[in-house]
Amino acid sequence: MTWTALLPTLTAAFLASLVEVVEAFTIVLAVGLTRGWRPALTGSAAALGILVLIVVIFGPLLTLIPLHALQFTIGTLLILFGLRWLRKAILRAAGWIALHDELAAFAKETNALKAQTAERRADFLAGMAAFKAVLLEGIEVVFIVIAVGTAHGQTLWAGIGAMAAVILVLLVGAAVHRPLVQVPENTLKFVVGLMLSSFGVFWTGEGLGAAWPGEDLALIGIFATFLIFALAAVRLLGKPRTEATR
Amino acid sequence: MTLLKLIWDELLGMFVDDGALALQAVVLIAVIAGAVKLAGLPPTTGGFLLLLGCLVTLGLSLSRKTRDK
Repeated sequence: MTWTALLPTLTAAFLASLVEVVEAFTIVLAVGLTRGWRPALTGSAAALGILVLIVVIFGPLLTLIPLHALQFTIGTLLILFGLRWLRKAILRAAGWIALHDELAAFAKETNALKAQTAERRADFLAGMAAFKAVLLEGIEVVFIVIAVGTAHGQTLWAGIGAMAAVILVLLVGAAVHRPLVQVPENTLKFVVGLMLSSFGVFWTGEGLGAAWPGEDLALIGIFATFLIFALAAVRLLGKPRTEATR
Repeated sequence: MTLLKLIWDELLGMFVDDGALALQAVVLIAVIAGAVKLAGLPPTTGGFLLLLGCLVTLGLSLSRKTRDK
């Protein structure tokens, strides 16, 4: 296994997971600081349990699919997933939709939790907020790991990339105890959109039997093509910045 | 059932934001796959057409969004 094949997988899994984990962390932190750590950790643990169940059930099924069909299917899903990310990232960078703001997300969740304080089930509702955040962002992480890892038999490396993101966010989060606003999320989302779209085109092509020039290095060429297009689109569509919201 | 619906909605939302973009991308992939498998289009040419088609599809989606406002 070469670094030209490994590095893009590792990087894409790490960066994409980092974005998702930061978003989940913001909600769990809001729950922890507003309602206490018990509902925050219980909700998160329950969600992680379901995510493990999803991986255990669906992971082995993927090994039953022939490689080309798997590459084509995963590639198609990655194109849909990646283009959606990239579209949003371009619109954000061009000022057409608001930039993602962790502080705004944190404030929104905190206010919602405070509004529920009088309710008898306040702790349960807080736990559910943490549960939903971890589950929904976690599903995206699971998909990303499977998608960028499976088609080339690098699920382990993609998993390591995702796990590194989780550990990094938890370590930094535990140290600073506040939303991770220093993470350049909007830039990361732009890069991840480019990477996922590139992986999607590359693997759908491989699934069809394409012999990409330069083999794995073609991924860099596809990435560069998307990058040039995206930068040109941002420049063409640029307008005054929309206020940042969640 | 609520949990399953939550997961389903999230899964759907992962791939579909602008419905037309998703639909056009799926049609693009289907047409290219059909051309490669049934009409003898060289797979590598299909790969490059796929890249080009994705850029066009994305461009159209961006154009729709910015024209609407």
